[in-house]
Amino acid sequence: MAPVRFYQVGSFAVGNRLVDRSERTVQSDAGRSNSLTSGHRACQGCGEALGARYALDAAMRATGGRLVAVNATGCLEVFSTPYPETSWQIAWLHSLFANAPAVATGVAAALRVKGRSDIRVVSQAGDGGAVDIGFGCLSGMFERNDDVLFICYDNEAYMNTGVQRSGATPPAARTATTEAVGPHPGNVFGQGKNLPEIAMAHRIPYVATATVADLHDLEDKVSRAMAVHGSRYLHILVPCPLGWGSASSDTVRVARLATQTGLFPVFEAERGRVVRVTPIRRLAPVEDYLRIQGRFRHLFDPEGAVAQPGVVAALQSMADATIARYGLLAGAEAEPRQGTGTGTEAAS
Amino acid sequence: MALCRPEVICAYPISPQTHIIEALSEFVKRGALAPCEFVNAESEFAAMSVAIGASAAGARAFTATASQGLLFMMEAVYNASGLGFPVVMTLANRAVGAPINIWNDHSDAMAARDAGWVQLFAQSVQEAADLHLQAFRLAEELSGPVMVCMDGFVLTHATERVDLPSQQAVDAFLPPYEPRQVLDPDAPYSIGAMVGPEAFEEVRYLAHARQLAAVERIAEIGSEFAEAFGRDSGGLVHSYRSADAEVVVVAMGSVLGTIKEVVDAQRAGGARIGALGVTSFRPFPLDAVRQALGGARRVVVLEKSVSVGFGGVLSTDVALALNGLAVPVSTVVAGLGGRPITESALRSVLEAAQGGRLEKLTFLDLKHELVARELERMAARRRSGPSAENMLRDLGIVGAGG
Ligand SMILES: Cc1ncc(C[n+]2csc(CCOP(=O)(O)OP(=O)(O)O)c2C)c(N)n1
Ligand code: SF4
Ligand SMILES: [Mg+2]
Repeated sequence: MAPVRFYQVGSFAVGNRLVDRSERTVQSDAGRSNSLTSGHRACQGCGEALGARYALDAAMRATGGRLVAVNATGCLEVFSTPYPETSWQIAWLHSLFANAPAVATGVAAALRVKGRSDIRVVSQAGDGGAVDIGFGCLSGMFERNDDVLFICYDNEAYMNTGVQRSGATPPAARTATTEAVGPHPGNVFGQGKNLPEIAMAHRIPYVATATVADLHDLEDKVSRAMAVHGSRYLHILVPCPLGWGSASSDTVRVARLATQTGLFPVFEAERGRVVRVTPIRRLAPVEDYLRIQGRFRHLFDPEGAVAQPGVVAALQSMADATIARYGLLAGAEAEPRQGTGTGTEAAS
Repeated sequence: MALCRPEVICAYPISPQTHIIEALSEFVKRGALAPCEFVNAESEFAAMSVAIGASAAGARAFTATASQGLLFMMEAVYNASGLGFPVVMTLANRAVGAPINIWNDHSDAMAARDAGWVQLFAQSVQEAADLHLQAFRLAEELSGPVMVCMDGFVLTHATERVDLPSQQAVDAFLPPYEPRQVLDPDAPYSIGAMVGPEAFEEVRYLAHARQLAAVERIAEIGSEFAEAFGRDSGGLVHSYRSADAEVVVVAMGSVLGTIKEVVDAQRAGGARIGALGVTSFRPFPLDAVRQALGGARRVVVLEKSVSVGFGGVLSTDVALALNGLAVPVSTVVAGLGGRPITESALRSVLEAAQGGRLEKLTFLDLKHELVARELERMAARRRSGPSAENMLRDLGIVGAGG
């Protein structure tokens, strides 16, 4: 059960003055590190930029600024470091697309040899860099339990190269390599990998998921991850307005719907066992989530009616299965919270 | 290697490198190299990546591989040099498949020719040991990676008496690693930014300039080494009885041992013949090679690799070094996939060279009839079957059945 927290009405906005100082988000602190500072080239409303900024600042706070970051190739790397500019105000290294976990292993090994136990290592990649091409290195890092927090910013496709399908692309989603044509438009059903569960199968100390819809929760998870040693994995859902065909102003809303429909479970696991789930507070039908994204437009006709009821139903049953699997509805109704702002209207 | 005080060793097993990393892992486990970490990587690509990360965080990093392993890690091989990390890697030279073959040739090293690494070839086990010391020194001075190439099995599995210097002497020769760029929260740099056309060529030019500077430093470090340890191993090239030679054989690695014996024998018979061992293949010491070969009437390059569809690899560089001089260069491709390079085969090639009968490109000991027959088969039928099996059958090694 998630700890009770107070939220501002209508949003999960940062800097909430109702809560104790120590409970406030990192971003409300004037001394925040601005790890990923302004001026980068991400698209407007980029969930990855938002997630990375919060995650890294939280990691900086958790480590007292003793942090180095390794980055895989991908949007985050490209939009943050067009030479000679950089948006990183932390020690940062980009090597390749597939090797961010292994590079981080090397950094951690070097720090151990040098006796620099004060410095911690974060490694980060997009879903492609984690789920697909970097999977071997990531699994190796997990299996050796190297002292690295690995963050996957999951925008469910290869965005940097123009929105091609990855192993994290959901069924029915249109990408540049799963076009909305033919008898089964969009990505096929029955494929794809669930990396958080695969990470759990490695029995590493800590695995968690988060989204940019609940940044406070995201920060908490980073802090918790940094309090532990060994391999830790944080999977953050980061909507991509360009690839998802959603409005730039809807990034948080889309992410929230992903959790409220049950499509994206938010949970924490320790040593392979789920120890906490964030319950869905107001269940939303999958259709609400699909409708506001261009990548699912082919499921609806121009008038807005469902054109592919079978597909929508199949996605709904995926969500239902996830809800059941993680117990996402347990107690949700029983525990109304003060001033919660949820649902699709929240971000309007 | 162990004397070089490596701090992070990471590797993935592949013949004929395995016993190198096995021994190192044991040293580390025993605490003999402390402080040093040994990382059992899940692939060569990861091994080189671990080395990159370790180097970026200021540790002296080492890995070793061969053949398929080098190719599997290739993206990271380029990356290490592009980012300027002084990783040192032992390459236990082995053929590259298909067909898969664990024996020695130089195809793997040639595949990394343009990766921006310094590539040094050892002629003996002693030289391999000595080159590692020099490799770290050079790598860290230049802030770029160095590969020490030693012939798989021939050198890696040879038992040879080796004179290992004292730790004290090594420490005096090889100071601790001081990184040029390091991941440090107190001085946060972004390393590995994206560079567009505005500056990419310049960055590449700087890498080239670094290699050119290495030409001088390799020679100097080689002399320093000789002074400190009383042994002449390292340097750019090694001439052998070539001062007055009419025919000079150029080669890299352990085959020079055989070549020198043939040279001695032929010298005894009155032939004016000599040899040139190239230690530094990258950077390629054009001037030193030209100087060493300029007096020859004919040059034979014996190489353990082939640029398929073209011919020699080392030969091309040697020919360029001799540009403008009337010295014909012949290529002899030999020892592929571990085929023994025998003294008698060498003798006949060199006799042909002395008589002006050596062709531009020769495959030493090639079974001409065998390939002719297979070529015929291939020409006759689109589905001619597996070549290797066909030829083994012709040789009587595989039964005639089916
Ligand atoms: C070995 C290699 N293959 C392919 C690429 C091309 N590439 C660069 S970034 C990228 C997509 C990255 O996708 P993801 O990891 O999901 O990150 P995103 O851009 O979506 O944040 C691809 C395919 C590359 N740089 N290196
Ligand atoms: S394409 Fe998507 S992930 Fe990339 S910068 Fe734009 S919004 Fe962000
Ligand atoms: Mg992606």
